[in-house]
Amino acid sequence: MFLDALTFQLGYNASLVGLGAALLGVAAGATGTFLFLRKRALVSDAISHATLPGVALAFIAMSLAGFDGRNLGILLAGSAVSAAAGLIAVQWLSSQTRLSEDAAIGAVLSVFFGFGIVLLTVIQNMATSGQAGLEGLLLGSTAGMLFSDAVLIAAGGAAALALVLVFRRPMTIASFDPGYARSAGIDVGRTDLIMMGLVMGVTVIGLKVVGLILIVALLIIPPVAARFWTERADRVALIAGGIGGVSGWVGAAISASTPNLPTGPIIVLTAFGLFCASLLFAPARGLVAAGFRHRRFQRGVHIRQGLLSLAQGHPIYEPLTIRLLTAERLARADGVATDDGRARAARALRDETRWQVARRTPEFELAAARYDGLTQIEDVLTPDQIAQIDAQIGPPKGVPA
Amino acid sequence: MTLAPSTPHLTLAQDTATEAARAASPFAIRGMTVSYGQKPAVFSIDATIRAGKMTAIVGPNGAGKSTLLKAALGIVTPLSGQVTMYGQPLKAMLPRIAYVPQRASVDWDFPVRVIDVVTMGLYRHLGLIGRLTGAHRARALACLDRVGMADFAERQIGQLSGGQQQRVFLARALAQGADLYLLDEPFAGVDAATEKAIIGVLKSLRDEGKTVVAVHHDLSTVPDYFDDVLLLNVRKVAEGPVADVFTETALAEAYGGRLQAARPDAVPVTG
Repeated sequence: MFLDALTFQLGYNASLVGLGAALLGVAAGATGTFLFLRKRALVSDAISHATLPGVALAFIAMSLAGFDGRNLGILLAGSAVSAAAGLIAVQWLSSQTRLSEDAAIGAVLSVFFGFGIVLLTVIQNMATSGQAGLEGLLLGSTAGMLFSDAVLIAAGGAAALALVLVFRRPMTIASFDPGYARSAGIDVGRTDLIMMGLVMGVTVIGLKVVGLILIVALLIIPPVAARFWTERADRVALIAGGIGGVSGWVGAAISASTPNLPTGPIIVLTAFGLFCASLLFAPARGLVAAGFRHRRFQRGVHIRQGLLSLAQGHPIYEPLTIRLLTAERLARADGVATDDGRARAARALRDETRWQVARRTPEFELAAARYDGLTQIEDVLTPDQIAQIDAQIGPPKGVPA
Repeated sequence: MTLAPSTPHLTLAQDTATEAARAASPFAIRGMTVSYGQKPAVFSIDATIRAGKMTAIVGPNGAGKSTLLKAALGIVTPLSGQVTMYGQPLKAMLPRIAYVPQRASVDWDFPVRVIDVVTMGLYRHLGLIGRLTGAHRARALACLDRVGMADFAERQIGQLSGGQQQRVFLARALAQGADLYLLDEPFAGVDAATEKAIIGVLKSLRDEGKTVVAVHHDLSTVPDYFDDVLLLNVRKVAEGPVADVFTETALAEAYGGRLQAARPDAVPVTG
């Protein structure tokens, strides 16, 4: 069942939903990256909640005019208008008053959402409405997805991706260093506007699949997860797009292959699963990798300290140091060095002495900054430079048995 | 735009001479007032920076030194005032200006490598969708090499020390190939080797005919490092060649009771 859904063989509607969700995920991940880098992730929460009154007002206006109020295009246009109003309200409150942005977000989010819920109640009591189904836009409802809906999502997602591609450079610079960006000729206000416009666009096209309450998750979780994999902004965007896309695709397949599982929340949970996997297992910044790196560093430092103690004939008290040295057959359990250990100890002492000289020689100051107790000086200085240091410290000394 | 007449009793001839100096200056400020809320951070500053010189902007904490630079560049909006470069509004001359912000103004855990920061300086050349070519990369590497950081090109910026971060910022400014360099506290919290490297690069820029303006904290190094000084304490206290205006009296006026702490012969202060 699940495999059928993944390969789009579970029927027309399920395939449409899967495709739409994947495209939405890619667009949301890539767009959300810049929001995350600009440290304004929560603005998207205000934007998404602010869509609700617009949806409701669009429905009411259409119904009163005698048309079918459920036309998705019209509803989304209405949501965009009120999302823009919410965004302007947040911007205005945080720039023109002494309110901080988080307070402004909280105020705008709840007021707009509350107003939207009131309007939904009004709609339920309207004679003309019948089953409006607008509640589906809160958490997404993919059951009755039409081909035209999928086309709308695909086109919107592609447009958002194209804009991200065009504006990635100014958005990155403005996020890293807004003051510098202005001096480099980037209109930071306009760049922010483009960024927020993109977020608004993704929110609006995501209403049908994920719903307005959860779209923020699809904007934020992928870039946060992607950050664990790389140290480069462009790759964060790329990976976030991938994580978003996979979340949409797999999440839609899970919900299609199991009865009564809501699509939007399952997509978000799938994204969360990928986030957890990234948090733990990503090689660049994941917890497991960081733990291993720390342990390796700790072992390296202990062995180095142990070798230096052996070289200078000092006793070793640290049990871990002795354990590591014996495990490497550099010393016996009573702390006496083996032949191998004496040779390594002599080399370590030599390296340490060279470093000491390098650190007090102004000429080598930059290279000496790379001293971490483990890096061999041969990896940092040229043989000529090391010869220059050796001239000051004399020939190598052996370590007596 | 309101212009605060700083010296109302100039003769006409002096006036013309001042105007001529302004038109020839790569960085001329007239009647600049900036305020955060109701309190002016910078009040009615006139300054005419000489071309091809190194100028220090000096003054106590809260004197408005950084604010003056930011307002000149339009990063904060001044209440009044004009800034010109060779007689043209600074806004129109931004392509010829490189700005080095305070190191503490950015998040150093941002996902970029050293080389990525330096290539930000090439934004004007690249535009929105220009491709970053090998030539651009080579230029960025050359700038890194000039500040002694070529070996660090692939490092994530979070792994750098404070001094290395400052050098990377300078390399980004160098990549712009500007004529006027505005630096905000380039020596704040850096190691001695970095300070030496940075001042070396700045002096070589000056010797190439570029103009360098730096907000500076350490009074003891002003005579060694700089040609001119602009002494501020919200208002302008003095302006001109170090030998003429960097005097006990002017310093006392700018620093007031705080001079003791900032004096070169007292405990050395590092900003």
